[in-house]
Amino acid sequence: MALDTVTIATQNPDTTQPFAELGLKDDEYARIKTILGRRPTSSELAMYSVMWSEHCSYKSSKVHLKQFGEKAFKSDALLVGIGENAGVVDIGQNYAITFKIESHNHPSFIEPYQGAATGVGGIVRDILTMGARPIAIMDPLRFGLADAPDTRRVLPGIVAGIGGYGNCLGLPNIGGEIVFDETYAGNPLVNALCVGVMKHEDIKLATAHGTGNLVVLFGAKTGGDGIGGVSVLASETFNAAKPTKRPSVQVGDPFAEKVLIECCLEIFKADLVIGIQDLGGAGLSCATSELASAGSGGMQINLEKVPLRDPSLSPEEILMSESQERMCAIVAPEKIKHFMAICRKWDVTATVIGEVTSGERLHITFNGELIVDVPPRTVAHDGPIYNRPIKKPDYVDQLAKSTFEVPLPTDADEVKAAVLKLIASPNIADKSWVTSQFDKYVQGNTVLAQPEDSGLIRIDEETHLGVAVSTDANARWSYLDPYEGAKLALAESCRNIATSGAKPLAVTNCLNFGSPEDPGVMWQFAETVRGLADAALELGLPITGGNVSFYNQTGSVAILPTPVIGVLGVIQDVRKRTPMGIPSADLDLYVIGKYNGNLSGSEWAHLHGEIGNASPVADLNMEKRLVNFLLDGQPIFESAHDVSNGGLAATLVESVLKNKIGARVDLNDVANALFSETPGRVLVAIKSSATNEIVSLAGKYQIPIYKIGTTGGTDLEINQAVISIEELSKAHTETFPKLFG
Amino acid sequence: MSFRVGVVTFPGSLDDRDAARAVEMAGGIAVPLFHASDDLKEVQAVVLPGGFSYGDYLRCGAIARFAPIMNSIVTAASHGFPVLGICNGFQVLCESHLLPGALTRNSNLHFLCRDQKLKIENTNTVWTSGFKPGQEIVIPLKNGEGSFQCDDETLKILESEGRVIARYVDFDPNGSRNLIAGISNERGNVVGLMPHPEHAIESLMGPSTDGLTFFTSALQQLVGR
Repeated sequence: MALDTVTIATQNPDTTQPFAELGLKDDEYARIKTILGRRPTSSELAMYSVMWSEHCSYKSSKVHLKQFGEKAFKSDALLVGIGENAGVVDIGQNYAITFKIESHNHPSFIEPYQGAATGVGGIVRDILTMGARPIAIMDPLRFGLADAPDTRRVLPGIVAGIGGYGNCLGLPNIGGEIVFDETYAGNPLVNALCVGVMKHEDIKLATAHGTGNLVVLFGAKTGGDGIGGVSVLASETFNAAKPTKRPSVQVGDPFAEKVLIECCLEIFKADLVIGIQDLGGAGLSCATSELASAGSGGMQINLEKVPLRDPSLSPEEILMSESQERMCAIVAPEKIKHFMAICRKWDVTATVIGEVTSGERLHITFNGELIVDVPPRTVAHDGPIYNRPIKKPDYVDQLAKSTFEVPLPTDADEVKAAVLKLIASPNIADKSWVTSQFDKYVQGNTVLAQPEDSGLIRIDEETHLGVAVSTDANARWSYLDPYEGAKLALAESCRNIATSGAKPLAVTNCLNFGSPEDPGVMWQFAETVRGLADAALELGLPITGGNVSFYNQTGSVAILPTPVIGVLGVIQDVRKRTPMGIPSADLDLYVIGKYNGNLSGSEWAHLHGEIGNASPVADLNMEKRLVNFLLDGQPIFESAHDVSNGGLAATLVESVLKNKIGARVDLNDVANALFSETPGRVLVAIKSSATNEIVSLAGKYQIPIYKIGTTGGTDLEINQAVISIEELSKAHTETFPKLFG
Repeated sequence: MSFRVGVVTFPGSLDDRDAARAVEMAGGIAVPLFHASDDLKEVQAVVLPGGFSYGDYLRCGAIARFAPIMNSIVTAASHGFPVLGICNGFQVLCESHLLPGALTRNSNLHFLCRDQKLKIENTNTVWTSGFKPGQEIVIPLKNGEGSFQCDDETLKILESEGRVIARYVDFDPNGSRNLIAGISNERGNVVGLMPHPEHAIESLMGPSTDGLTFFTSALQQLVGR
């Protein structure tokens, strides 16, 4: 095909272009023509199509997401907010933490290993781009039912992909979630979170300014992988009738990324870049247009200089390629020699592909022919914005009016059988089969990792400063009431942070939903965003960034609305963290917080095919007091563990199994007490000598506390039911190996 | 006086900073060594850390063995210079023929990260002299290719000469012959170990502090010279 230049586009305005195949709607194509005053060249069309895709432009979510800015809590800790590659938070001692979570759902369904691997690679580059050394990753995952054939296909591949890539980068994997629900069949969710650390003065931004400064592409060579991935994969619902989309999934090389990390960190240390951007979704189209539009606007790129793995790639394909492990930096001419020397040291290919110009347009030439001439902002930021129709789905009120019943154990034998059944169910069962495939030790700073309430990492070896991270979602509550569900997810994530002994500081999110073209899904989304914005404001936490993943649906069935909320916390002395496991015998066990006995949305109901009728209503004032109670009471807690999925039953079993120390508890209304997932509760163990202190803390923060028993022995005794640690361990640990080998 | 212990960084090394921390915590001075130079910078011992040198492409450790720094290490090792290879470092030592045998894919084919119990079998090497004979320790194990394999004759030599320095206890993590977790050369100055002692030097960050003894052992031996 002949090169389609700006001159040709002007001369032949009526050429038919495949905009629909590239995912652009009629009116979007018309808008591009209006912006340019002519038809786009094929290269320009490629750029607009990927950058205006749902994945890159947030065109359906933008009108809602702006609440995160409008309602934002004004936090002094926030150093860089929404809009950059990742938010940055001040944690004191001149340290800054950057963290972000992103989805790689669709690619992971098509090619589980590479999809999940490159999901890790992408989020790590986002963190690196801020100037930070990546220090930990987490992976919230969701799958169809555990025994479904497709789950057996995608789960092992996704887990191996995360491990294969993350382990090779030398990043400890410190937590995440694994949840099964039939709505995720065909739509597995692979979210990846990365945390990075830097000094305040080291923060880098994605901007290109200073006429004459050089645009350097470095890292892996550009190949044909992932072409059209953004527009075709992330923005369209899967349709069985269409041809396979495997070639659109990127292929990762973790070794190249590891070397790129070390190379970048050395370049940052020598202060050699003015701006930097990673190449992720939409590749060079995204990097050049975003860098240029964040600067003065002018940039000249010589596309033929891009080093290619596949020399047959056309200019359009080079612009759209999503080849992994690439970065784009803006470097002053006097520093380019030093920059190149560091790249050579790490055997990283680096090429000057253009420069910042004094104009306001992004010009891309190919062997001297002008093929792109656009105002970069129109590509990067002025994409279409849709205020899509919203309608509360009928199921919400129908369920709210409905009643449901699940069998409840009464006598000792039934209680024992019920507890063993619950802890063997895939959502509650031990996840070591998965987490033991991840390196949690590398870097030598991991204080807590899965299955603890939060992952906790030491930042400074001298001062013992550390950070904690947790991710949470309860999609069933979000289904029943997305507004409350979002608030509850944030509250739970904060509670997990405080349970480990850290103070919540900032929020990130990954919002996974069905098709935005379905008004019911759009209602779920709008309510979720409203709930999250309200809750963050009330809890006094800034939202530092996030990610939206739409089109997670098969046919007309959408996934449960799944807002995964990540919270970052700070702990002044990591030696004072509170672990989840009961550490010794003869301690008193308390449940902090009140339960209401409602089983709606609980795992126990789910096990019996019921979702329930109503979500709990978040009591954020109480949650705030609870966080303060936990932080204040930390010195007297020998262990602490959040009550969430699986209720008190799961919490008790996990606390007992961690160090294999038994417990004996007496519970009224035993079935509801065990299986209700009433939010805002934590199980703590204290020495009986600390009784006065816990009582006085409860008074101070007006949080009800209930002494339910003591620790010790080799059994978990619940009223008259006696379950040996051996029985618990067997039930808890056998499920995953049985399912996945 | 403090002794200088080199820690080599290959492209793809991951636990180099952890190994350096362990050296410092044991009382030594950690000296970074870069793969592309053959300069040992006057160090008195060397640690080859864990990771995925050169992405473990071709075969674990197969490319790293050709790094210029390895020429100097192989020469020095033949004169009794102490070398500890951990995980990928063990694989590099096998590929360099400083140690016999090979590390192959774990028998269950998965990467495995766990706290592993080991029994120290030989306390006469530079790196294990601080342990009591038969001492049981718990340190992290994390690898995808940690199954130690060798031919029958080599196995017989290793066993009869007491060159198996540590064995897995209670749990077989990877299908290694005779549950071998680590071996030494004849002289006892070169040791390869699959599990990671550098991740068990602080009780808060690891399952124990048992790993530190590998590093203090070597430093004690250097004092004695």
